[in-house]
Amino acid sequence: MATTVLGTERADNYKETELCLGLPGAAGAKNEGETPNKASGKRGFAETVDLKLNLQAKEGVMDLNENIKNINSKDKNHLPAVTIKDPAKPPAKAQVVGWPPVRSYRKNVMSQKNAGEEGEKASTGGSSAAFVKVCMDGAPYLRKVDLKMYKSYQELSDALAKMFSSFTMGNYGAQGMIDFMNESKLMDLLNSSEYVPSYEDKDGDWMLVGDVPWEMFVNSCKRLRIMKGSEAIGLGTHLINHLIITIYNISLKHQELWRNARAEPELDVFSLPAEFPLFSPVSMKKTRHTCATWVEP
Amino acid sequence: MGPNPKMRKEFPDSTRSSPFPDEVLERVLSLLKSHKDRSAVSLVCKDWYNAESWSRAHVFIGNCYSVSPEIVARRFPRVKSVTLKGKPRFSDFNLVPENWGADVHPWLAVFVAKYPFLEELRLKRMAVSDESLEFLALNFPNFKVLSLLSCDGFSTDGLAAIATHCKNLTQLDIQENGIDDKSGSWLSCFPENFTSLEVLNFANLNTDVNFDALERLVSRCKSLNVLKANKSISLEHLQRLLVCAPQLIELGTGSFMPELTARQYAELENSFIQLKNLNTLSGLWEASAPYLPVLYPACTNLTFLNLSYAFLQSLELESLLCHCPHLQRLWVLDTVGDKGLEAVGSNCPLLEELRVFPADPFDEEVIHGVTEAGFLAVSYGCRRLHYVLYFCRQMTNAAVATIVQNCPDFTHFRLCIMNPGQPDYLTNEPMDEAFGAVVRTCTKLQRLSVSGLLTDLTFEYIGQYAKNLETLSVAFAGSSDRGMQCMLEGCPKLRKLEIRDCPFGNAALLSGLEKYESMRSLWMSACNVTMSGCRLLAREMPRLNVEVMKDDGSDESQADKVYVYRSVVGPRRDAPPCVLNLSGL
Repeated sequence: MATTVLGTERADNYKETELCLGLPGAAGAKNEGETPNKASGKRGFAETVDLKLNLQAKEGVMDLNENIKNINSKDKNHLPAVTIKDPAKPPAKAQVVGWPPVRSYRKNVMSQKNAGEEGEKASTGGSSAAFVKVCMDGAPYLRKVDLKMYKSYQELSDALAKMFSSFTMGNYGAQGMIDFMNESKLMDLLNSSEYVPSYEDKDGDWMLVGDVPWEMFVNSCKRLRIMKGSEAIGLGTHLINHLIITIYNISLKHQELWRNARAEPELDVFSLPAEFPLFSPVSMKKTRHTCATWVEP
Repeated sequence: MGPNPKMRKEFPDSTRSSPFPDEVLERVLSLLKSHKDRSAVSLVCKDWYNAESWSRAHVFIGNCYSVSPEIVARRFPRVKSVTLKGKPRFSDFNLVPENWGADVHPWLAVFVAKYPFLEELRLKRMAVSDESLEFLALNFPNFKVLSLLSCDGFSTDGLAAIATHCKNLTQLDIQENGIDDKSGSWLSCFPENFTSLEVLNFANLNTDVNFDALERLVSRCKSLNVLKANKSISLEHLQRLLVCAPQLIELGTGSFMPELTARQYAELENSFIQLKNLNTLSGLWEASAPYLPVLYPACTNLTFLNLSYAFLQSLELESLLCHCPHLQRLWVLDTVGDKGLEAVGSNCPLLEELRVFPADPFDEEVIHGVTEAGFLAVSYGCRRLHYVLYFCRQMTNAAVATIVQNCPDFTHFRLCIMNPGQPDYLTNEPMDEAFGAVVRTCTKLQRLSVSGLLTDLTFEYIGQYAKNLETLSVAFAGSSDRGMQCMLEGCPKLRKLEIRDCPFGNAALLSGLEKYESMRSLWMSACNVTMSGCRLLAREMPRLNVEVMKDDGSDESQADKVYVYRSVVGPRRDAPPCVLNLSGL
């Protein structure tokens, strides 16, 4: 009769997103028809991120094109998100009349109080509290936090850690944002058994916490869910898109640089702009080729 | 003012059982206050019955349909104070239709003739109209005390009538009612020369009252010792009221929202310091941490602290409790969490009663946690605890066993695990052993509410051990008819049994045939009882009223809601169409 508070139907969603990305052929074939549990998901993910391998486009190419087209039309800071079904909502329970046995009078007073809270939030334009619900996989608790009480991701992370004592969050970098460009760090985080916070934004998409500047996060976050790193794969995929797009853009730049550099037999790689990662010509070529394959219809 | 005592000497001296003249007997019996003692006394012999009847000034009627006002008036001619209870308790949770009954007016109609000098009326779960309140105000010149708890059907107009016409009013206590709150102008209806008020509780009402009228009222009522204001009274207002009434024993603050200057804060603090006699504090709507310290000086003698409408966190509660060493009763919201309850355990060694209410009972996703840990912490620190009402989302058998070991004197144990049918969250077993421990250890237990996943074993334990149990509430529990049978066969003092959503059927219902006349009432809803089972009960036990209410769209044979109660006046005649009276058919 007892049901867990948190739902458990997440697996299928991840499967969709893996395919959409055009995962390495090997992974795609292996995972097809298989409900990605933690173990298989991990493997698939590793292959996703390993751009140095021989990546092949799969059925998901069209979807990726969609995403890439969309990136121009969307807000610069709004990453192309892979929309997945809300995984955290438990199956809706029918409200039982008169249970729990709280007197109507008290019930009315409490709901006035809560409505007042919401109303106040709306009327003052969000300058008062920004309460969002926080749930954590496996914990019997859900809590509410006021995002306005924190000034950075680190503060929020500390507060959540206190709230859920068995919960550890991956470290945020100096800037307070997940270091997306460091793919191995991201990989470690998402592959680990450490917990990773995700959030539902205004559009109903589930994103990894830390991908946008703090203020923007506070304004767009509707609820938080802390999930195991290895289960955050589906959420990480939009980051992969971002990585891929970024790398593609870099590769275009590199193409230009290399073209210009051809005149000089010895290329001083240190003359490249600092923000561009250093790819060796060999891997660069492969990446360029792969990106081109993805992008060109 | 009574009839000539000589008229009552009906018996020749040789058959008189009492060595005392009636007057002496009456005088002695008038010292008995408890109605249970009085009922026992009245059974001794006819003389004592008569003497007791003449001397009873306060009558308590636990079920308004168990007797008629005419019978009451005939037996007790000199009553000054009446307490009446009406609807079944589950009407608090919307399980009873609004027009169900329990109208007070038929009682007032008899009282105006038989008790014209009635002074006190206390009503719980009765239907009260504005017309009734006006009737009361106009026809009872000695009327002093009106208490309305969980009643409905009236508006602030009715209160205006009371305020206008009751020249001798000492108590006006309006609590948790379904009141049509039209305006606060009723308070301005107390005449300027009216000074007798001792108790004023209008915390229930939301509309603004005229503060100046209130201030003048409080100033001129020098005997006022209980004042419970509503949310419209600000902190600034409160300060002015406290200055007028430093003699207060019970205070319900208004809104505790911070809006004070430093000087105002100091003034407020000072006025709390002046409250030397305060033993009860409540209200504290929207209480916030920076302003709680003004209360500290007034907390030294507090015995009852009601924070059940203040959304406090653990630290705020802890800071407050440090100043309440004599606390005996504490009501809080579960926003204080287990940490807050640890503070209770540490700071309140004299605590006897704890009630923890849920802040978000109906939102399953948001949880302000109190768990078994909080309850345990309280039990370690508060060994005198004997009354608990505890709403939580998880519990274990082991925790409850330890709790009752620490506090074996429980008289009232009401545990509500909010998710229906939830097992021990650590072992995944039913909560049978928890309640087994409660009834085994707490021999003085009078009231019990059970919850969580429970099999018939729980009820076997209850039947076997709960020998003093009077009130039992059961929901989403049990495995078979046997569960209910155990309760009915086992608990000799059982008076009120209320059951919902349990797999108990006709066999269970009928196993209590012999029992129900010794009980006040039985409620069963969403169980497996059928119409034919109810009809059989009604037929076999003509002195019971068997009422059935059916839900819309339910099977014709199902008896969705059953209410069974003993009565000396037979089936009631004011039942609405939705209530089927099976008695006397």
